Amino acid sequence: MFQFRKPVLGLAAAAVLATAAPVMAQEETIKVGILHSLSGTMAISETTLSDVMLMLIEQQNAAGGVLGRQLEPVVVDPASDWPLFAEKLRELVEVDGVDVIFCCWTSVSRKSILPVAEELNTVVFYPVQYEGEESSRNIFYTGAAPNQQAIPAVDYLMDQGVERWVLAGTDYVYPRTTNRILEAYLASKGVAPEDIMISYTPFGHSDWQTIVSDIVSFGSQGKFTAVVSTINGDANVPFYRELANQGVDAADIPVVAFSVGEEELAGLDTSALVGHLAAWNYFQSIEDPANEEFIAAWHAFTGDATEVTNDPMEAHYIGFHMWVAAVEKAGTTDADAVIDAMIGVAVPNLTGGYSAMMPNHHITKPVFIGEIQANGQFEVVWQTTGLVVGDEWSDYLPDSMNLIADWRAPLSCGNFNVATGVCGGAGAATP
Amino acid sequence: MTNVLHRALRPLRVVRLGRALAAALCLSLLAVVAPAFAQDEPDDAALRALVQEFVGAEGNYRDTSAIVDRIAALADPGGVSVLNTLNAGRLYFRNSDRVVFAGTDLGATLTMADPVTGEALGEVVKREATAIRVNNAVRRSIRTAMSSLTLLSPDRATRLSAAQTIFTNRDATNLPLLEEAIAEETNAGVLRVMQQARAAIIVANADIPEEERIAAVAVLSDRGDQAALNVLRQLAAGEGAVAEAAERGVSRIETAQIFWGIGQNLWFGISLGSVLLLAAVGLAITFGVMGVINMAHGEMVMIGAYTVFVVQDIIRASGNAGLIEWALPIAIPIAFLVTAGIGMGIERGVIRWLYGRPLETLLATFGISLALQQAARSIFGSSNVLVSSPSWMSGSFSVGQLNFNYSRVYILLFAIMVFMALILVLRRTALGLQMRAVTQNRRMASAMGIHTPRVDMFTFGLGSGIAGLAGVALSQIDNVSANLGQAYLVDSFMVVVLGGVGNLWGTFVGAFGLGVTNKFLEPYIGQGDAVIAKIIVLVAIIVFIQWRPRGLFALKGRAIES
Repeated sequence: MFQFRKPVLGLAAAAVLATAAPVMAQEETIKVGILHSLSGTMAISETTLSDVMLMLIEQQNAAGGVLGRQLEPVVVDPASDWPLFAEKLRELVEVDGVDVIFCCWTSVSRKSILPVAEELNTVVFYPVQYEGEESSRNIFYTGAAPNQQAIPAVDYLMDQGVERWVLAGTDYVYPRTTNRILEAYLASKGVAPEDIMISYTPFGHSDWQTIVSDIVSFGSQGKFTAVVSTINGDANVPFYRELANQGVDAADIPVVAFSVGEEELAGLDTSALVGHLAAWNYFQSIEDPANEEFIAAWHAFTGDATEVTNDPMEAHYIGFHMWVAAVEKAGTTDADAVIDAMIGVAVPNLTGGYSAMMPNHHITKPVFIGEIQANGQFEVVWQTTGLVVGDEWSDYLPDSMNLIADWRAPLSCGNFNVATGVCGGAGAATP
Repeated sequence: MTNVLHRALRPLRVVRLGRALAAALCLSLLAVVAPAFAQDEPDDAALRALVQEFVGAEGNYRDTSAIVDRIAALADPGGVSVLNTLNAGRLYFRNSDRVVFAGTDLGATLTMADPVTGEALGEVVKREATAIRVNNAVRRSIRTAMSSLTLLSPDRATRLSAAQTIFTNRDATNLPLLEEAIAEETNAGVLRVMQQARAAIIVANADIPEEERIAAVAVLSDRGDQAALNVLRQLAAGEGAVAEAAERGVSRIETAQIFWGIGQNLWFGISLGSVLLLAAVGLAITFGVMGVINMAHGEMVMIGAYTVFVVQDIIRASGNAGLIEWALPIAIPIAFLVTAGIGMGIERGVIRWLYGRPLETLLATFGISLALQQAARSIFGSSNVLVSSPSWMSGSFSVGQLNFNYSRVYILLFAIMVFMALILVLRRTALGLQMRAVTQNRRMASAMGIHTPRVDMFTFGLGSGIAGLAGVALSQIDNVSANLGQAYLVDSFMVVVLGGVGNLWGTFVGAFGLGVTNKFLEPYIGQGDAVIAKIIVLVAIIVFIQWRPRGLFALKGRAIES
């Protein structure tokens, strides 16, 4: 194959080949980066996501890998330290040479990696429900946008006759933005400002006496009241405990949560919480053959039959299979080709349907409202009739109502302003 | 004297006579009606037919609610057990023959029982049965249905909750039943609620004579809570004598509610203060009395909380399920000994080499705090551990319109007991005397033959042990994780500095003062914004310290100047 003019050069080439050989061997595997906190405050939620990725990769390898090559997971721990997410992402791409990254839980960590992911032009999957108002060429959002979780939940409660609203959240970007959207949405539905109560608390808030008693007095003015909770993390435990202590019955003041899933309920006595709600795109209790298979595989993988599955895990399941499909469609792991091939890819989800990647890098999902049961699971009491397309720029906020994202050529823009016809509207995440 | 008493009692007697008459009337009515009921009673075919209809309504909550309403209208006492089963999510039907049964979950199978009589019907594999699902709307219907079915229940609590539900729903069709129940009721508390419920129904009925409605308004005004206020507000919007009476009632309740609100806030403040006191009182010893800037104080609290977890775990593992209720009292001495021991170890190992060098102490104890946190993470994992609450600490009780959580009440009592015990130790024991001697004048104490290094060790151990006790209490209201202590460290320093370094009573007043101030600010700032209240308090303390650098209760005398 090679013809060497001089033995010296030949020797040099041999030396190069010798060092290159292991690199070649490594390139036979496709590297998949897993960037989830395994320590710190978010470890409680993110550890299972890291584990589920390992399981999915193992399954894919057993089925023959991708493009005939085996997948190799590269796990790093950003330790719930937001700036560290960006550093670790750079390390994954530049040092480990991964082709795709499954990353993050909190919005602040996603905001941290976004510029680096765009600079290095890599493919990132983000599996958690978030506040929207963003669309990046390099990020695929497999969690719910507000119109795939918050808005349908509010619609359901309105249908149940709720007239007064408490928007309670943890004080950071996701609850603040979601509540801003909900406030605008409720106003558009004719809810008076005095029928909306908003409350923010810090991460890890533990003294809920005043707030719960305020909720009770706000909710006992004769109008049916519901609490929309964007309370995040372990502050939920004392919050629900206080609700139970003050005898808040779900039949009187239901609480619908966007960040409480099976995993979070695992550490709670749910008998006093029966009837409180959560809105997600997946519940472990949904009866579907694919879901049963997934749960059984998860139990086998963790070796623990009590381990629960949850919505962000399903999002990674969908995202991973979408990536596999896009790579096979493109015939390469090259980021530009994969990003272009991804749009339009549809894969089965775990609730008996298909989810498709849309041009705005968000996916189609069904929406479920579940009530907490005494066994810590949710029972679906309502679901959308069809799939809902994730809406990245909310139609209810004045500064984003004219924006759309479409990453197909020739538009290829994350924040196209349909009113002015210019790419790069307000709140621009990307040029 | 007797005359006065007589006069006072007279109207009461008349009322009682009236009531007795009404009761007798109702009873005779009942006697007439009863046979009619009795005829329907033996065959519960109507109820069974309705129960079977649940199969067709499965998954449709509106239809399920409608069937519940019809069961209530049937007034068959067998309906109570059906609805209870449905409410608990235990009503199923067998897929093969669609027979409805009450199921008990045995894992893979269900035991079947008759939904009306409870008679055992055998077993069925879980996959071959479908649960009749309920949601909040169905649960509300069930509660309403139960209120009419159980208003005459022999159980006091059941009758009370039935009467409360009727009050909330104000459904006029319940009036005859309610009057029957009022006539039979013997318990004063339940009777009051029943009469309030009756009043809530009749005030809205224009056919009822005005005097009676005005009397009903008075009954509602006496109830004085938010629910009564809602009824009266609706009424006051109308016109006429009743509306005027209602308006007077509204303004009376509104005035009363301001005071109840202040009282409730005061309680929340005291309860927060008791938590602050518990967290800070250990620091008042190590920092306040000994002058050690102890950054590892929070970690002693954390270790105390983890002790509860370990104690509960051991009890669970040993199989003494009954003891789990008493895990908390058992953990109290253990937590004290463990944290006191660790505290003494730290004092002997590190702090004693650093006396008089505050900056180095600060860094060293900060390092210890990080090491202890990481140790907790390595041992117990990075996620929170579940500490269960004993049943005697869950729930709440009301006095008037004040709501008290049992857990918070116990924590307040515990905080005060710990504080008093500490005062006793300092005032009445030899160790306390030596401690005070050493802190006031170390060299003189040493010259008097006190072994000061040993006193230092015990003092630090005492402070750490008390922090451990705080951890036991906090495990009931906060998440037990490695970060638990950090959350309370700043608050503890704030309390000790505010109260006056070296003065235990200052810590006491500081803790409760801070708690109450915080809770009074919370509702009035923004929309219940807990963070801003805290910031304002912090700024206020900084300003206060500028004005009184030694805190609320400054120690005076020569000792402090040196």
